[in-house]
Amino acid sequence: MLKLARLLAIAAVAALIAPAANAQLVIEITRGQENAVPIAVVPFGWTGTDAAPFDMAQVIASDLRGSGRFDPVPFDKMIDRPSSGQEIRFDDWRYLKSDFIVVGKLIPQGADRYAAQFELYNVLNNERLVSQQNLTATTGSLRALSHRIADIIFEKLTGVRGAFSTRIAYVSAEGTPPNQRYKLIVSDYDSENPQVVREQDEPIMSPAWSPDGTRLAYVSFENKVSSIVVQTLRTAERSRVSARSGINGAPAWSPDGSTLALTLSRKDGDVDVYTLKLQSQELKRMTFDPGIDTEPTWSADGRKLYFNSDRAGSPQIYEIDVANPERAARVTFDGPYNARPRLSPDGKQLAVVLQDRGNFRIGTLELQSRALRVLSNGRQDESPSFAPNGAMLIYATQDRGRGVLATVAVDGTFQQTLKAKGGGDVREPVWSPFPGGR
Amino acid sequence: MRVAQLMLIAMSGLALAGCPKKQTTLPDASNPPDQSSAQTSQTTDTSVGEGRDANQVLLDTAKQTGTIIYFDYDRAEIKPEFVTIVTAHAKYLNANANNKVRLEGHSDERGSREYNIGLGERRAQAVRRALMLQGVTEAQITTVSYGEERPAVQGSDEAAYAKNRRVELVYGR
Repeated sequence: MLKLARLLAIAAVAALIAPAANAQLVIEITRGQENAVPIAVVPFGWTGTDAAPFDMAQVIASDLRGSGRFDPVPFDKMIDRPSSGQEIRFDDWRYLKSDFIVVGKLIPQGADRYAAQFELYNVLNNERLVSQQNLTATTGSLRALSHRIADIIFEKLTGVRGAFSTRIAYVSAEGTPPNQRYKLIVSDYDSENPQVVREQDEPIMSPAWSPDGTRLAYVSFENKVSSIVVQTLRTAERSRVSARSGINGAPAWSPDGSTLALTLSRKDGDVDVYTLKLQSQELKRMTFDPGIDTEPTWSADGRKLYFNSDRAGSPQIYEIDVANPERAARVTFDGPYNARPRLSPDGKQLAVVLQDRGNFRIGTLELQSRALRVLSNGRQDESPSFAPNGAMLIYATQDRGRGVLATVAVDGTFQQTLKAKGGGDVREPVWSPFPGGR
Repeated sequence: MRVAQLMLIAMSGLALAGCPKKQTTLPDASNPPDQSSAQTSQTTDTSVGEGRDANQVLLDTAKQTGTIIYFDYDRAEIKPEFVTIVTAHAKYLNANANNKVRLEGHSDERGSREYNIGLGERRAQAVRRALMLQGVTEAQITTVSYGEERPAVQGSDEAAYAKNRRVELVYGR
């Protein structure tokens, strides 16, 4: 009798837990910035006689806002425009409920040369946290300098290295099927300064940065077959590293840059993950299931691969030990579809494409707790990629039938769509490592 | 004779339908890496005279029967209504052992891109096996999967998706 009561109690508890576990999947996205720190980035002073060459404060504020950690004070709410520490009337900014303030100025120094300086203050106690007086730039590098200043502020206030000076690679397709033109583009992380690094009539897909940020591996369908190409960005030199029959896909660099994980189907059509040493061309099979095994990604120590497999009937994430790949362990259990895993830089969570109420969305899976969190709210979201500091994700979504790029803070608190230029359909963004590697 | 042939075709269709996800042949991990690179499929039609005309008829018939096989969502079985297309192309290829067909597998846009490459490959392999069951040799067939990268039509509704989930049979370039 007692036993039955206990069983009933367990059943009741289980019934309570079950909806909660489901609720993890359908967590509401908080688009607000309740926990974002208010900061005033005052438009920089300009000591020249003509119009200021660039709005640095606008770029700095936009960087900080996009991280989800900060809530910049709108420029039109600012009643004062101090450009140095002595000019700040702290009571005004306390009244605006701004916790921090950034002031700075730009000084012309002859033809196409500028000096810049800025200071960061804690408004609550008037303390100066950063002062940089000797920055220089040309007209062409003022945007990069603005990102650098945002990096300095972000790191000072969060303790996390800023990733606003990094780049992204993505693919664009222009024209109407079947006559489309494909471009591989590298730009600043916010899609400014796009550079076409490859353009062709056959599809390009799955770009992947080498760990040192100097090369891209990608899939190309030149000559109507798939192949994996490694292209050096500085020289545009290309080398075809895999052109086996069937699929050559999903390249992923090992952390030391020596090896690619990739997907091959070989002659018999069995889609499996392999590793390919770039120097020796030594090929090693990593998965052995007759289902589709693809989309590998490495752990930071290079010892494990996470990948997508539909061996259990639908796409789910698995992991294997690279030295001992015969036994794969399943990682995702929640939801009907979990694909395209990408490991966060700290190794603690996986970003995935998941199915949420019939829509494909970006989510993160915390590996320790197995907590799954939905971060995006589109219908057809795909290709998540972590910023190298792990604070944000970039992914592809659709806006009125057109592919666009979006970023989201890793805690889901702030999401924004990037205005990619041109009429093309853009997709598959991948965030670069830090300059000079991780 | 005709009935027997039809039965055989129907059975091969059923055999394919019965086993959607599994490949019948498993690659041997100890095989040396396949270094054969980027083969482009070429039409090497060396036949002349009457034979050539007869073959042209076979090819025209095959193309008129159809060059695109459509699939259900996340599936790779050849549906019964498309078996005649496989048969017509098998006839042409059996009569022209030097000729090659390229099977281009495609998916709709839903889900992740590289997984869709896998799906397109699975569909191309289903057609490859169906052709081989009817006597076409391995050397006559190349496959390529474009996944969702080369849609037949644009659009994000079921009508567009249905047109995009396909295998195209292509001769020459």
